[in-house]
Amino acid sequence: MFISLLAVIALGCIAWLGAASGFQYLIGVVLPYAAVLVFIGGFVWRMVDWAKSPVPFRIPTTGGQQKSLDWIKPARLDSPFTTAGTVGRMLLEVLLFRSLFRNTSVEIQKGPRVVYYSAKWLWLFALLFHYCFLLIFIRHFRFFLEPVPFALTAIEFVDGIMQIGVPRMFMSDVLVVAALGFLLARRLFSEKVRYISLANDYFPLFLLLGLVGSGIWMRYFAKVDIAAVKVLTMGLVTMNPVLPEGIGAAFFIHIFLLSCLLAYFPFSKLMHMGGVFLSPTRNLPNNTRAVRHVNPWNPPKKYRTYAEYEDEFRELMEEAGLPVDKTSEEAAAAE
Amino acid sequence: MSKLPTPDKLIATIPAFPMEGWMDTKPDFKPGTWCYPAKVDNMKALGMPNPHEWSADQEDWNLPENWEEIIYEGLKSRLAKHRSLKVFMDICVRCGACADKCHFFIGTGDPKNMPVLRAELLRSVYRRDFTTAGKLLGKLAGARKLDKDVIKEWFYYFYQCTECRRCSLFCPYGIDTAEITAIARELLHELGLGIHWIMEPVFNCNRTGNHLGIQPHAFKEIVEFLCEDIETVTGIKINPPFNEKGHEIVFITPSGDVFADPGIYTFMGYLMLFHEIGLDYTLSTYASEGGNFGSFTTFDMAKKLNAKMYAEAERLGSKWILGGECGHMWRVVHQYMDTFNGPTPPKMEVPRSPITGTVFKNAASTKMVHIAEFTADLIKHNKLRLDPSRNDHLTVTFHDSCNPARGMGLLDEPRYVLQNVCNNYVDMPENTIREQTFCCGGGSGLNTDEIMEIRMRGGLPRGNALRYVQQKHGVNTMACICAIDRATLPPLANYWAPGVTVYGTHELVANALVMRGEQKRTMDLRQEELPGMEDE
Ligand code: HEM
Ligand code: SF4
Ligand code: SF4
Repeated sequence: MFISLLAVIALGCIAWLGAASGFQYLIGVVLPYAAVLVFIGGFVWRMVDWAKSPVPFRIPTTGGQQKSLDWIKPARLDSPFTTAGTVGRMLLEVLLFRSLFRNTSVEIQKGPRVVYYSAKWLWLFALLFHYCFLLIFIRHFRFFLEPVPFALTAIEFVDGIMQIGVPRMFMSDVLVVAALGFLLARRLFSEKVRYISLANDYFPLFLLLGLVGSGIWMRYFAKVDIAAVKVLTMGLVTMNPVLPEGIGAAFFIHIFLLSCLLAYFPFSKLMHMGGVFLSPTRNLPNNTRAVRHVNPWNPPKKYRTYAEYEDEFRELMEEAGLPVDKTSEEAAAAE
Repeated sequence: MSKLPTPDKLIATIPAFPMEGWMDTKPDFKPGTWCYPAKVDNMKALGMPNPHEWSADQEDWNLPENWEEIIYEGLKSRLAKHRSLKVFMDICVRCGACADKCHFFIGTGDPKNMPVLRAELLRSVYRRDFTTAGKLLGKLAGARKLDKDVIKEWFYYFYQCTECRRCSLFCPYGIDTAEITAIARELLHELGLGIHWIMEPVFNCNRTGNHLGIQPHAFKEIVEFLCEDIETVTGIKINPPFNEKGHEIVFITPSGDVFADPGIYTFMGYLMLFHEIGLDYTLSTYASEGGNFGSFTTFDMAKKLNAKMYAEAERLGSKWILGGECGHMWRVVHQYMDTFNGPTPPKMEVPRSPITGTVFKNAASTKMVHIAEFTADLIKHNKLRLDPSRNDHLTVTFHDSCNPARGMGLLDEPRYVLQNVCNNYVDMPENTIREQTFCCGGGSGLNTDEIMEIRMRGGLPRGNALRYVQQKHGVNTMACICAIDRATLPPLANYWAPGVTVYGTHELVANALVMRGEQKRTMDLRQEELPGMEDE
C-alpha cells in the first residue's frame, strides 16, 4: 500500500520538478504523445491477443431459468438463449454492473445461523466512480474541440447545476473523489479485501486520486490559465504542438499523471475494460444443447469401444442372457 | 478417518485471518483435509502422465525431475487453448465480490478458500512466467516463484474447490474459479498427482461402463433385484430391457442410483414411470454411467468417458437419449457433450416425447433430455395419474445442485414436478437456492469420507439453510436431482439438520404415481409404512 502511495507521490514530484526545471516540453508534449501511442498500441495488442485465443467450450454461467418447455418462463437476460438476450445480458453487465448488483455479505451468528445481507454499497460506489469518470472524460473534450459542441456545454451545465462557488463546482468532481475514497477505504478497512489487495490494486486508486486531485487543484485553487492550456491541447490534437508561456505547474502534474495512467493501462488490471466483453461465462448464450458449439482444437475421439467391452465380458454377458453383437462361437471362429 | 468435531465446535474453530500475507503461509496437511492419492496402477492403465507413489502428508512428493518445465509448458499450452483462462488470469480487479460466496471459505475461514485467492495461487505463477510486470517487479506485482510448496498448496486448495461456480455468478466479469480449478487440476495431473476417489471411478468407468465397476451381468442382476422390490410395493412386475437394439430411447443415469441407498429408490422410480407410460426404451450396461468423474480430471478424460453415450445410441439405433438425475453429468451433457463428441450419430433425431408429442427444441442438437424436463412435460399434459397425498407425511424442500443451476439453468422443472407430487413444499431462503444455491460440500469428486470435516465445513451454508426451514416450516425431506447429492446430503443433513431425510425427485414421483393394475399402496419405495394408508 505504502509503496503504491509513495510511487504516485514520487510521480507527482517528478512532474513538479520537471516543470520547474525546464522539461515542460517533454512533460506537456512528448510524454502525452508517447503515452497515447502506448495506450492505443497496448490496448489493441491485448484485445487482439485475447480475441485470437480460442473458445473451446460454450460455458455461460447461468443466472436463471433456462429455456426448455414452452410454458416455463425463461430468464431471458440472466440465462439468455438467443443472441439478442446475450447482448442484453452484456449491456446489463457493462452499463449497470448486473453481477455486482447481486452482491451479498455473509455472517455467522449465534445459533448458529448463517445470514446473508444484501451488500450493494460496492455496486453503488463502483457505478458512481465509473460514471463520474466517464463524465469527466467527456467534459474534457472541451479542450480538444473548437468550437465546443452544444452537447458538451449542456453536460457541463447539468453537472454544475448546484451552482456552488466560482468557478462552478462540478458534482462529478466531488462524487468521483468520494467514490474513489470509498473504494480505497474498502481496501484498507475490509479485512477480506485488504488481505487480497496487492500493490497493483492500490496503485491505480492512488494514481486516479492524484489525477483527479491535481485536476481539482488546478481548477478551483491554482486556477491555471485555461486559455493557455487550451492552446496547448489544441496544438496536441492538431499535430501542431506549441508550448504557451505561463501554464502553472499544477497542469504539468496533471498531464504527467494522465500520461502515466495511459501508459500503465494496457499492462494492468485496468484492462478489465476490454476483458469484460470477452468473458466466456457471460458473452455466450445458454443454448449449447440446441446449437452445437465447435471446438477449434477438438482432439480426436479415443475411448473404449463397445467391441472391446464385449470382448472382455462376452461370456458373462451371454450367461446372464444379455444380448451380444458376437457370440462366443463367432468370436472364437474369428480368431 | 479423523474424528468430526461437533457442529458448535466446528463453527467455534473457524479461525481468524492469519497475520502473515498469503504468500507466506503454508497449508497444514492435517488428516481430514486432504484426499488419498490415486493408485499407480489406475493411473498407468489410463495412460496418465508420470504415475508415481506419493502422499500429501509426506515431505517429498516424488515429483518428476523436470517438474518445473512440465508446469511451465502445461500452463503455456492451456493459455493458448482456453480464452477463459487467459482472460481470467488478466482481468481480476480483486474487488472481493466473490470472497464470501464460497461455501468452503464460509465454513473454513481459510482466506485461500476465497475464490479470488484460490485463483491467485495460479495467477501469481502466471504473472511471474508470462507477464512483463511480474518478471520485472516480482512480488510487488503479485508474482511469485514456482516452488514445490506452491505445488502442494495447489493440491490442497484446488481439491478444496467443488467447481460449483457460485463465485462466478457474483463476479462482475464472470471469472469462473471452477474453470481455473479444472485447469489447475489438469496441471497437477501432468505431474502425476491425482486422487484415488476420482481416479478409481474413472478407471472403472472406462473399463466396465460405470464408476462403480459393476460388470454387465451384475448390473442386470442388481436392476432385477430392484424390480423385485418394486413388485413387493406395487404388485407390478417390470422387466426393463438391457442393451436391446431398436428402441426409441436409451436411458442413462449415474450408476450410483443402481447401487447405493437412497439412489436405488430413485432408480426404481424411473423404472416405474417408464413402465406406466409404456416408454420404448432400453438400458445399457456399456454406457451405464451418466456421471463423468473424468470431468474432474482433464477435459480429455471427460471426453473419453462421455464418448460412450453417442457410441451406444448409434450401436443400438436409438433416436435420442434420456438422462437421469445428476448434477455434474448435466454440466457435461449440457455444455460439453456435443462439442466433445458431436455431431450426433446420423440416425438420431430431435427428441420428441412419444407420450405428449412435445418436441424438445432446446435439445435439438445434443439430442439428450433431462428427466425433469421430460416428467414436467408429462405432468403438464396430464399424462400421469398422481396421488400426492401419499407424500403428505413429508414436508419437502429442494436442493438445487450447482451444475444444473449455474451450468444449465434447470430450476423450475424439478420444482414443478415436486409441487405436483407433494402437497407440502417450501423453498429454502432465497440466497441459498436456484442460481445462488450452495454446494453439498462434496461435488467435483470430493465426496470422499477421508475429508469429512472439510465436507461438513463446506456444507455449512447448505446445512444451515436446511436447518432453518426445518425449524420454521417443519421440513423433514430434502429432495434433489443428483446422485452425488444422494450420497453427500444424508451425512450433511445428519450433521447440520438431523431429522431430515434425502430423496431423489423421481422417488417422490413414483410414490405418488398411480399405476395401472397396482395393488393398494401401503408402503413407500423404502418399504416403510405410508401413514394413513395402512391396511384396514
Ligand atoms: C467498459 C468499461 C468498464 C467497466 C464495465 C468497468 C467495470 C468495473 C467493475 C464492475 C469493477 C469492480 C467494482 C469495483 O471494484 O469498483 C471495476 C473496478 C475498477 N475499475 Fe472499471 N470498468 C470499466 C472501465 C474502467 C476504466 C476506463 C477505468 C480507469 C481508468 C477503470 C478503473 C477501475 C478501477 C481502478 C477499479 C478498481 C476499484 C478498486 O480498486 O476497488 N474502469 N470496474
Ligand atoms: S469478483 Fe471477480 S474481479 Fe472481483 S475479486 Fe473475485 S474474481 Fe476478482
Ligand atoms: S467454484 Fe465454488 S468451490 Fe470453487 S472457489 Fe468458486 S465458490 Fe468456491
